[in-house]
Amino acid sequence: MDSFKQADRGDKIFYIFVFLLLTVFFLLVLYPVIFVLSASFSSGAAVQSGKVLLLPVEPNIQGYKIVFNTPSIWRGFANSLFYTVSATLAGVSMTMITAYGMSRRDLPGRNAIMMYFVFTMFFSGGMITSFLLIQSLGLINTRLAMIIPGMLSVYNMIIARTFIQNSIPEDVLEASKIDGCSDIGYFFRIVLPLSKAIMAVLVLFIGVYHWNAYFNAMLYLHEKKLYPITLALKEILLSSQIDPATVQDPELQAQIAKSADIIKYALIVVSMVPILIIYPSIQKYFVKGVMIGSVKG
Amino acid sequence: MSENASTAVKQASDQDAAREFKQKQRKSTRKLAKMRWQIYLLLAIPVIYVFIFNYLPMAGLVIAFQDFDYSKGIFGSPFVGLENFEKFFGAYNFKQILTNTLTISFYSLMTFPIPIVFALLLNSIPSKRYGKLIQTVTYIPHFISTVVMVGLIFQILNFRTGLYGSLYQMIMKSTAPDLLAKGVNFKHIYVWSGVWQSTGYNAIIYIAALSGVDPSLHEVATIDGASRLQRIRYIDLPAILPTVSIMLILAVGNIMNVGFEKVLLMQNDLNSTYSEIISTYVYRVGLASGVNDFSFSTAISMFNSVINFVLLVTANFISRRTSGSGIF
Repeated sequence: MDSFKQADRGDKIFYIFVFLLLTVFFLLVLYPVIFVLSASFSSGAAVQSGKVLLLPVEPNIQGYKIVFNTPSIWRGFANSLFYTVSATLAGVSMTMITAYGMSRRDLPGRNAIMMYFVFTMFFSGGMITSFLLIQSLGLINTRLAMIIPGMLSVYNMIIARTFIQNSIPEDVLEASKIDGCSDIGYFFRIVLPLSKAIMAVLVLFIGVYHWNAYFNAMLYLHEKKLYPITLALKEILLSSQIDPATVQDPELQAQIAKSADIIKYALIVVSMVPILIIYPSIQKYFVKGVMIGSVKG
Repeated sequence: MSENASTAVKQASDQDAAREFKQKQRKSTRKLAKMRWQIYLLLAIPVIYVFIFNYLPMAGLVIAFQDFDYSKGIFGSPFVGLENFEKFFGAYNFKQILTNTLTISFYSLMTFPIPIVFALLLNSIPSKRYGKLIQTVTYIPHFISTVVMVGLIFQILNFRTGLYGSLYQMIMKSTAPDLLAKGVNFKHIYVWSGVWQSTGYNAIIYIAALSGVDPSLHEVATIDGASRLQRIRYIDLPAILPTVSIMLILAVGNIMNVGFEKVLLMQNDLNSTYSEIISTYVYRVGLASGVNDFSFSTAISMFNSVINFVLLVTANFISRRTSGSGIF
């Protein structure tokens, strides 16, 4: 559409200005990421004396060795994986059921039910009363406390509803009615198979949310063996260092004190790797999801 | 049978139906509702779920007006009226907490235009491939979890070993001042790390809106001699204005919900005078300390929710009046 060569002088100056501005922003975002990567592969001494600026100094993988020898990290990964997979499954099912019901224009009372859901987006009982609820349901310190609360995000439901309304024509509903399909049958046989794209978006939204969540775990879980990866990371990144006593290898124990910083950098990298690996393949879905959400329905 | 159903559908959805049809319509609505029992059955699951997990906690707000005692329960605890609210308004740190909350939230709101400017500029650069690259890279920080993000901030801004410390050392040839130890810096660090993390992602919605702009508008404007900047001002900007106003309402409606999780993680003894906000205070009073004053902390959190809700409704009303678009 716009081409630099055909632009007149004023526009050329504008383009150069924009180009520089965006490049500065681009580098501002990219540089810390590269720095963390380089620091994680450098030696503890080099990081502590501030020698690392762009590329690794005295390259080694000490930080990663220690990280992978810490049991709480492995356990956290396993727990997080379990919480994320189950909560995502539950969340996507709940969202699709609700979105389907809300997408049916021929449902008497639809607007009232919609208001019932939407109101919870803007007003809530808050942290304390939710905590008391979870406590009285007996979910404190159980794995279920990480899966059941927050199963329905109304925002995601609206996105899914908009998608169903816009991508499945009403004629399909009428045709299936003629063929004797029930309302529940229509949901399972027609709506779900035709909603794969939006379900991919939901899996990503909900999955990333649960993978990154920490606060519910902090509130509801007491035992360390139930902790998700984020809480394990929090203990190491923000409070203290890895407790040398939890690492079996005595040689590694001696190293830990020296390399506190590179351990943290290595941890940051390790925690970002799963997302960076799947990132290129999910990016287009994220964009699609946000775009569907922006269409008012 | 199905034909009847489809006429009934049209009747039920047609809001401007003539008056004389009303009686008939009411009858068919009831019939229609009966026919749709399977959908109601499906919807019963989320309706009950939301009732338990969203509406019951709202009903639980009643303990804000009580002197809640866990052993007596909600029904046995004595009512104390507005005592808990008065206690909060009269607390020695009330003014400070409210100021901190408002400062941080309005400061965050000030950065609202940044993703818009970013999207407009990104949309205008001639090299689409470079634009895609910038876009792809700037999304990435959005996926960093809050815990890791705060860890990252602390590591990078460390005045001795972090990126900030190293660069300062190199350029100024002296040890950098410790940014993190000064509480005054808290709001800047909080807000600008947020800009770093979410500008790319927040811009997606505007970029999507911009991609819907009819290219022929740009062609015509170019023929008429409009510069690129003028085309941004008179074509691109009006095109995304409805999206902007909706996002602004949502942002205003969330103004009191300052990123609680991030603030809580960034808090320490050095900055607590500047970083204690309403929601972290609720957590501290209600759950983190040994006191567990549920009634008091619920009152504070309710105060927060109510202000938030009022702001949202007001913002929506103003937007309705001025631009004609709102979220409800």
